[in-house]
Amino acid sequence: MTEQAISFQGVTRRYPQKGGGDVVALHEIRLDVPQGAITGIIGRSGAGKSTLLRMVNGLERPSSGKVMVNGRDVGAASDASLRRIRREVGMIFQHFNLLASRTVAENIALPLEIAGEDRARIGPRVVELVERVGLTAQAGRYPAELSGGQKQRVGIARALATGPRVLLSDEATSALDPDTTRQVLALLQDINRDLGLTILLITHEMAVVRDICSHVAVIEAGRIVEAGETYAVFSKPAHPTTRSFLTGVTGVAVPQFIADRMRDAPQDSQAQAVVQVTFVGSHATDPMLARLTAERRVTVNILAGAIEEIGDKPFGSLIVALPAARLDESRRFLQEHGLLTEVLGHVG
Amino acid sequence: MSANLIPVLWQATLQTLYMVALSTLLGTLIGGPLGVFLATSRRGELLSAPWLNSVLGLIVNAARSTPFIILVVAIIPFTRLIAGTSIGTTAAIVPLTIAAAPFIARLIETAIREVDAGLIEAARAMGATPMQIVRKVLIPEAMPGIILGLTLAVVSLIGYSAMVGAVGGEGLGDLGIRYGYQRFMPEVMLAVVVILIVLVQLVQSAGEWIASRFDKRAPRNRGR
Repeated sequence: MTEQAISFQGVTRRYPQKGGGDVVALHEIRLDVPQGAITGIIGRSGAGKSTLLRMVNGLERPSSGKVMVNGRDVGAASDASLRRIRREVGMIFQHFNLLASRTVAENIALPLEIAGEDRARIGPRVVELVERVGLTAQAGRYPAELSGGQKQRVGIARALATGPRVLLSDEATSALDPDTTRQVLALLQDINRDLGLTILLITHEMAVVRDICSHVAVIEAGRIVEAGETYAVFSKPAHPTTRSFLTGVTGVAVPQFIADRMRDAPQDSQAQAVVQVTFVGSHATDPMLARLTAERRVTVNILAGAIEEIGDKPFGSLIVALPAARLDESRRFLQEHGLLTEVLGHVG
Repeated sequence: MSANLIPVLWQATLQTLYMVALSTLLGTLIGGPLGVFLATSRRGELLSAPWLNSVLGLIVNAARSTPFIILVVAIIPFTRLIAGTSIGTTAAIVPLTIAAAPFIARLIETAIREVDAGLIEAARAMGATPMQIVRKVLIPEAMPGIILGLTLAVVSLIGYSAMVGAVGGEGLGDLGIRYGYQRFMPEVMLAVVVILIVLVQLVQSAGEWIASRFDKRAPRNRGR
């Protein structure tokens, strides 16, 4: 049995509203976050992912249900024991939340000061952390003098200062450009590997999940709609939300001029069906569409497509048009060969 | 202006400085913690105590809406209790402090409320106690605003100190009225005004300089 670093056990969070009625932000969440893995919670804004993440260090408390972190019930912890738990759970933020009045080194020292660490031991520890995130040259600078990526590195070093076992990331790369995002993600991956740290991150960017998360949970309107190993979830997406995020990651979407003309049902015998074909694993490299044409004489028109890697495995998505009259036969052929198909609509 | 007026002016300047310095100090000792509390004690905040927050807010507002000259006269019995007399420069420090404290409290409250809520969240996530958050996050981060607020308070107190002549407070304002107005010596009035302008200017510049030393928010403040 893999040990669970964090376990949400039927967690519900209600916000009472003035004039009666509750807003339910989280609904009966059950989710296990495995020890030593990088787990991503992906969802749109307002889906409840931020509330869920803040339950882990008790910044939010569940209305009902339990949140277990390293075997302790966070929701039921007293103020004093909650403060101890928080020292074992680091957190980084979208807007970094660094103190403008403190230098890089002083910012990193803050959690150690708060934990009541000896002055004599803070210095060497900070030097080590600054080096870990590659900011030795900037140690004496103030946050205002740093780039976004450097600020997030300070955030990471600060979160690691007290030697936590869990790191929470609240949209840590959402304010960064793509290059910087990659660097910060690579740093998180290094830390996960080197320190065996469990990382739980929330994001609305599929690319973040694709690049570093071994496990993923998809959250929608306060419910986890799908969860599991990233590759498994995204190779057989069962929920529409998961599929729409997937379209986001491959960047494959129906071209606008076709989308404008698309209808639910074919209008005449010449109509074309627009189908999303998802390739997974070894199939991603098989020329299945070519075989569909060669063996079944179905003319396939590729409208958009891309092949990506998720969890080191190839993952492809194509949007194709084929004669609506041959649709059922073609889908059967592709599915028999392990491809996933979804009819998006018809043109003409 | 005759030469024997110079020591009189010098004496009055020292009295003003004495009154302003001491009332600023005492006003900050009372108003500082009060301001911090007001900034952190609404419902759901760090030191959440909404009821006490409202009561203190009311008292502060009441003190601030009383015209200073009325305050000076109204609290004469209290002044006598504290200072042993209701007349003189030292006695004048009592009403000045009572006017300064709520003013400073509001200024410090405003400065602290400017601190990004994300920093409080980050500190809570580190396991900080409310007092640690106040000491290590809120006050240091609000420092440039606090310094500018105190500068404003000192400038206002220089103005107020001119009114305490009404209860024998002496100082520059009193000198200006007694010599300049009552003895028809406009040159004394002019000298008093010039000294006050110079004082205010010095305080303002010093305050801004100190605030900029504390302000690390933008590189432009580091004189490059």
